[in-house]
Amino acid sequence: MSIWRLIAREITYRRLNFALAAVAVLVAVASVVGVLTLLKGHRVRAEQIHAAQSEKAGQIGFELKDDARRITKELGYNLLILPKDQNLAEFYTSGGATKTMPIEFAEKLADSRIVIVRHLLPSLHRRIKWRQIGEQIIVIGTRGEVPRTHLDPKKPMIEAVPRGTIVLGRVLAEKADVKFGSTVRLLGREFEVTKIHERRGNEDDVTAWINLSEAQELFDQPGRINAILALSCLCADTSLGSLTEQVTGLLPETKVIKLEREAAIRRATRASAGKRAEQFLQLDEAGRQSLRSERQALAAWVVPLVVLGCIVWVGLMALGNVRARRSEIGILRAMGVRGGQVVGIFLGRAVVVGFLGAVVGYVLGFVLAVAWDARQAGEGLLTSGPAGAALFGPGLLLGALLLAPLLSAAASLVPALLAAQEDPAMILREE
Amino acid sequence: MVRLENVYKTYRGKAEAVAALDGCTLTVSPGEFVSVQGPSGCGKTTLLLVAGGLLRPDAGRVTLDGHDPYALPPEQRARVRADGIGFVFQRFHLVPYLTVLDNVLSASLARPSGEARRRAMTLIEHVGLTPRLDHVPAELSTGERQRAALARAMLNEPRLLLADEPTGNLDPASGEAVLKHLADFAEAGGAVLLVTHDVRAAEYAGRVLPMADGRLAQD
Repeated sequence: MSIWRLIAREITYRRLNFALAAVAVLVAVASVVGVLTLLKGHRVRAEQIHAAQSEKAGQIGFELKDDARRITKELGYNLLILPKDQNLAEFYTSGGATKTMPIEFAEKLADSRIVIVRHLLPSLHRRIKWRQIGEQIIVIGTRGEVPRTHLDPKKPMIEAVPRGTIVLGRVLAEKADVKFGSTVRLLGREFEVTKIHERRGNEDDVTAWINLSEAQELFDQPGRINAILALSCLCADTSLGSLTEQVTGLLPETKVIKLEREAAIRRATRASAGKRAEQFLQLDEAGRQSLRSERQALAAWVVPLVVLGCIVWVGLMALGNVRARRSEIGILRAMGVRGGQVVGIFLGRAVVVGFLGAVVGYVLGFVLAVAWDARQAGEGLLTSGPAGAALFGPGLLLGALLLAPLLSAAASLVPALLAAQEDPAMILREE
Repeated sequence: MVRLENVYKTYRGKAEAVAALDGCTLTVSPGEFVSVQGPSGCGKTTLLLVAGGLLRPDAGRVTLDGHDPYALPPEQRARVRADGIGFVFQRFHLVPYLTVLDNVLSASLARPSGEARRRAMTLIEHVGLTPRLDHVPAELSTGERQRAALARAMLNEPRLLLADEPTGNLDPASGEAVLKHLADFAEAGGAVLLVTHDVRAAEYAGRVLPMADGRLAQD
């Protein structure tokens, strides 16, 4: 006769007590396994969603940035090519270039293979006092766009101003009190007003555009210009340094200024698009983290509470078992069974209770958690095989199978010790 | 085998102290069947528990095979009981969920032996319970239960059998059978101390000692 045989027979005899104790262990194990599996499932799902969101947000961000790049690319970089000896401080303070360079520079650039430079507008600037209104104005001689014949033919961005005609800024036209078709006198020549610009809010409002050759004649600068405006450069990814190198490599007697406004818009737009995508990801992750923390906090006190309740329950069931077996304890002790053996009988039973509860509890907790996880993810239990398999952890199973019997035995220790302390003489005399 | 010398035991309850043993002296030798007879409450069961090393007396000396069991720690005293003493009680104290065979074998928990099963089968056959081998106590008659308890008490080959009213719940025929088994045990060299108010025991016992109010008539 072994203690285990005694335990097995007793368990089959007092099935209800055993089942109730095992159910308590089952509930505790199922709770722990269920919650831990759900948290793991949530983490796995969150990581999957996060990866998908990251990819999606990255794609959206990329598309936004690309859209911004493409949209702002059309703004182009506007470059101003000036004579090399032009003093920039003087250029900025006087509102225009004072030095000149040959018109051939523009033609040379137009004929070159530098694709980043597209529309070329050579011009000759002068700041003069216009007698008609008695104020300083800017006169720009322009010949329109220098054609880049080797590139795809495009419609010129700016048409040439024909000889004998003049285009006026809005303020100039108002001050001179002239209209479309009127004739004005400038530097001793008469010009027909062919266009009056809308108000632009900059120096264009006090600028008059005439034909370049006429300007060269009027300013006594034959064949000279003092600036080439290069519009809509295809230089999205080209730094000013490399642009300058290309242009000045071709035209050593020039210097290049990048007009910064458009570039700033481009940079800001692209940076903003990227930042928005990043913020979206951060917000998404923060929300998920918050939800995870809430669940963990809930589990942190609900699970121990359930486990504690179950331990107490197992202890009470063990105590009831001890009380029901007083007569048995009395006769066993009288026959010479030692106190340690009596403790062993009750702890052995508790280990069986714990092990069985752990096996069933693990299966139940795991299946329920996987089912719940699948439901949350909008999947069927049977179709969530791979996800369910990902949630399985041998560590948790091993922990449940080891800890549940241990905790069950710990919960039954006091009743077992009480059983061993029973006085057989008192039991036998009472009976 | 067992000797009690001027033993006293008093139960101190809330109301009043009851002297269960009041200077009892008794010797039971191997091969002797001693029956202590007296009315209920005279201290018979207390005498048996004290003699069996289960209840420490307030005063006096108890020896089993010349040694005082109460001088030993509880675990060693349990070993003394396992090795040398068998108990039979009026209410059998069979384990309800064990079969007759397992009940008898339960005594081997205290003293494991490779021979336990064979000996159990022999004892069960001896007390006439072989057909009831796989029956649980609830399926046995009271006489059968007592015989099963008797077989259990004898499994570890005790030198002393302590029987507390073993015929108290039995019909005359079953009672006679149990007394016969006890007498056979004594005849085989064992010592039997029976406490009972069953007058039939006198027919089987070598000595009959009346007991009243905790006092035992001297030999």
